[in-house]
Amino acid sequence: MSTASEGLHARLRLARGGFTLEVEFATAAHGVSALFGASGSGKTSVLRCIAGLTRAQEGFVSLGDECWQDEARGRFVPAHLRSCGYVFQESSLFAHLSVRHNLEYGWKRVPSSARRVVFDDTVELLGIGPLLARRPATLSGGERQRVAMARALLASPSLLLMDEPLASLDEARKGEILYYVERLRDELRLPIVYVSHSIDEVVRLADAVIMISHGRVVDIGPVSGRLEGGSVIDTRVAEQDLAWGIARLEFSGGSFYAPDVDALPGERVRVRIRARDVSLSLAPPRDASFLNVLAGTVAAISDEPGASADVQLDVAGTLLIARVTRKSIAALGLAPGRRAYALIKSVAIDRTSVGYA
Amino acid sequence: MNHDIIAVWLTLRLAATTTALLLGIGTPLAWWLARTRSWWKGPVAAVVALPLVLPPTVLGFYLLVAMGPAGPVGALTQSLGLGTLPFTFSGLVVGSMIYSLPFVVQPLQTAFEAVGQRPIEVAATLRAGPWDRFFTIVVPLARAGFLSACVLGFAHTVGEFGVVLMIGGNIPGATKVLSVALYDHVEALEYAPAHWLAGGMLAFSFLVLLVVYGSARRSAEER
Repeated sequence: MSTASEGLHARLRLARGGFTLEVEFATAAHGVSALFGASGSGKTSVLRCIAGLTRAQEGFVSLGDECWQDEARGRFVPAHLRSCGYVFQESSLFAHLSVRHNLEYGWKRVPSSARRVVFDDTVELLGIGPLLARRPATLSGGERQRVAMARALLASPSLLLMDEPLASLDEARKGEILYYVERLRDELRLPIVYVSHSIDEVVRLADAVIMISHGRVVDIGPVSGRLEGGSVIDTRVAEQDLAWGIARLEFSGGSFYAPDVDALPGERVRVRIRARDVSLSLAPPRDASFLNVLAGTVAAISDEPGASADVQLDVAGTLLIARVTRKSIAALGLAPGRRAYALIKSVAIDRTSVGYA
Repeated sequence: MNHDIIAVWLTLRLAATTTALLLGIGTPLAWWLARTRSWWKGPVAAVVALPLVLPPTVLGFYLLVAMGPAGPVGALTQSLGLGTLPFTFSGLVVGSMIYSLPFVVQPLQTAFEAVGQRPIEVAATLRAGPWDRFFTIVVPLARAGFLSACVLGFAHTVGEFGVVLMIGGNIPGATKVLSVALYDHVEALEYAPAHWLAGGMLAFSFLVLLVVYGSARRSAEER
């Protein structure tokens, strides 16, 4: 990968109990790379190894020209000597220090010649100026995460690691923090590795995605084509047809079939359906190979420039997104309120788009 | 009464010396106990806690034997030209340190465990090295534990009797501490000075506990 020499390069092997993590990936020199996968897939372990908080038994970690770990040569740089910022999942502010002193903790430990950020600008970027004199205990969850992000940035990292920074927040706060993460992404030229199990966050924030499952990288590359434009449906496995290797998944709007679903009847699974794998029709098809036909009402049609558009179909309260050409939209006369049928090829719902809910 | 003042002064000196030395030894020991996953944690914690359950006279007896001319510690101190420790102030300090060890180590260990791994890891990602992390994060976050350790270590040493009796004897100015002086007064039926000493101890102990619980409440409110 051409970007490997400037960005982060990690190759890690970590065996612990019955779990083995074995991953290798590289990121671009800036922009957000999402580490995406279900809980327990090893995302946090990857971040901890990169930061030097956990030592992978076999591993190589480098950022640009700096080598942080190379077990083949017995090299392991301890966490405090890596220029690596870390935003933890839950509030991690020092309880005995005011917000200002929390911010200054890392700031003071970087020589002024090596600083890459301006204190006041960072405070302003994250909108925490009015909080400086407060104690962490008096802050809301969202405020704490903003202070934690500013504190990490003020240590002038050349890499920022964020471990599900929204996980402990309610929906309203999530939106607020996402806005600030987007600002960091757009205003700082440094690579960010962002751990998440939320497709919405990944689609909104990330440039590239590294999909992890059971400690392995299953897919890596740009977000578009992998996650862009699509819908997420929480389902329950209604039955497993072992003869055909196919599972019937139930949700509020009906049910559909997916191949190779690694779950037992009754278990909840979350399925991602890419917009480009959904076709629309005004009548249920006959004599076609589509196993999955879901009836719904057109809720909205996107109006970005280009030959195609996303049509949102409301299937009994669940939104399904179909990417179709404007020509088809005109030919079918699709408009909000119109009844339509979504046709989904079962094989489009592959292993990587099914995860535990 | 003059003898009593000497005994009180000696007691305070003994308690202060013991507490200061115990902080030096107890802090790394408590830190190790709070963080280790070694097999040795259980046995070491049990040894530290022994003075809590042993009668002080048992402890004093073994210390007397070990520090005496024929004991291993005695042989060592004699070979170093220090003489033997029983019936000296230094001997009392050594005995008190063992006797009060759990009262210093256990509050520190609990406080270190309560600090947890997370703030230390955060500090590491903010470029703080191991010593820096200990003094700027662990010590301030565990300050209630340090206060408890100091106060309990000091107060418990002030109140010791059995160990002193076994290894210290009753030498005014060197080993005759408050509790021994009180015992002497009662033996001699001198109840008036005995009341002064006993009442003073009672008031002192109450104040000490008031300070400990007061500070524990304050630091709980700050969190």
